[in-house]
Amino acid sequence: MSEVNKVVATPSQAVAGIFDGAVVGIGGFGAAGTPYRLLLALAEQKPKGLTVVGTSPRQFEFLIQSGCVKKAITPFARYADPAAPNPLLEPYLKGELEVEILPLGNLVERLRAAGAGIPAFYCPVGIGTIVEEGKEKKTFGQQECILEYALPLDFALIKAHKGDRLGNLVYRMTARCHNPVMAVAAKTTIAEVDEVVEVGELDPEAVVTPGIFVHRVVKAERPPLDWVYRGIKVARKT
Amino acid sequence: MTGLSRDLICLRASKELKPGMYVNLGIGLPTQVANFTPEGVILHSQNGVLGFGPIASEDEMDWELVNAGAQPITLQPGISFFHSADAFVMMRGRHLDVAILGAYQVSATGDLANWRTEREALGAIGGSMDLAYGAKRIIVICEHTDRDGKPRIVKQCTLPLTAKGVVNTIITNLCLIEVTSAGLELIEIAPGISIDYIQRFTEPKVILSRDLKEMEF
Repeated sequence: MSEVNKVVATPSQAVAGIFDGAVVGIGGFGAAGTPYRLLLALAEQKPKGLTVVGTSPRQFEFLIQSGCVKKAITPFARYADPAAPNPLLEPYLKGELEVEILPLGNLVERLRAAGAGIPAFYCPVGIGTIVEEGKEKKTFGQQECILEYALPLDFALIKAHKGDRLGNLVYRMTARCHNPVMAVAAKTTIAEVDEVVEVGELDPEAVVTPGIFVHRVVKAERPPLDWVYRGIKVARKT
Repeated sequence: MTGLSRDLICLRASKELKPGMYVNLGIGLPTQVANFTPEGVILHSQNGVLGFGPIASEDEMDWELVNAGAQPITLQPGISFFHSADAFVMMRGRHLDVAILGAYQVSATGDLANWRTEREALGAIGGSMDLAYGAKRIIVICEHTDRDGKPRIVKQCTLPLTAKGVVNTIITNLCLIEVTSAGLELIEIAPGISIDYIQRFTEPKVILSRDLKEMEF
């Protein structure tokens, strides 16, 4: 065990080998938990024809701007605020970007299923909506359900707070969000962390993502504040 | 806006929440209900947090502690964090007592449309379908009419649906309506608003509750 070391030196090394046409999951929700440095590094490497899987336009913007993306699978094909500038819109309207929109819970469960070795499952969410279009259905008791397929990832780019060289990860507050789920669904999971710690330093009761799901760990600078605070809605006190 | 302000809509909605209830506030106007939530109500957000405190002020703000609407929130004793698979178990597994959601349209039978308008090429489903399916009670809060002055409460939704037959209660700037098997029952009227006025801006015919009364705060 002592020779295992998943830590790499730079974000560019961490995202090396992400090939043209790969399916890449991106953790985070808004700025929180989004692997900013990995996304910038990947956008510089400019792989072509990626299918990106994430939760909001924030996860996709650098890769779309670099022309890396063929398809986006996401529950938010625009920001929650319809007036916010949407990086998906122009390439979508030009026919350069395919968009699959789906319920966030279905996305999470498809990822979890992929990680758990379950090829497909029946799910009631989306019955009577566009989600069911073209899909097989089955009724259990009174409950009509849609057959949903697992969504395996070639790579997951995730963000954690601390990691060790074995790949054990802990997160910070709501920056945990989708990261542990992306981690289990990918053949290769790459974690950007604020801090790399010695093996044994993480409280084993507190480890959220055990190292078995993680293949590369890289310490990276926190993202710039103007980026993280963009879109944050400051309280309207009443 | 005629009738209640947006804050008063939220205040009225908050009166449906009781201590000990597990509640999700949807994106948009519903997140503002957090400003009025009674003590002891346990708020859930789909990005993996339960039991969070009030919306953060600017000096309390931490960008890694936000709700599903990207609003900064605060820590308080009893808060817990979890990943989104658990967050959606709570939503889809019927563990939440109430979800308060926004709406573009609600039908006479409780169909909900709240993720894409006709102006948009791309929409935002987010966790709305999961909540609409899984929460034990769905309260919709919205302005009674859309920005063109057309009713949001309609016979049949024309916008893409979020879910069919899920809405229990509708609270608008004009009134509170319960969706019943008999139809839309008008329960409360905002101060200074007439029944005729409400009916004029509501596409299906409303049924007057035997206990119809003016809204109280």
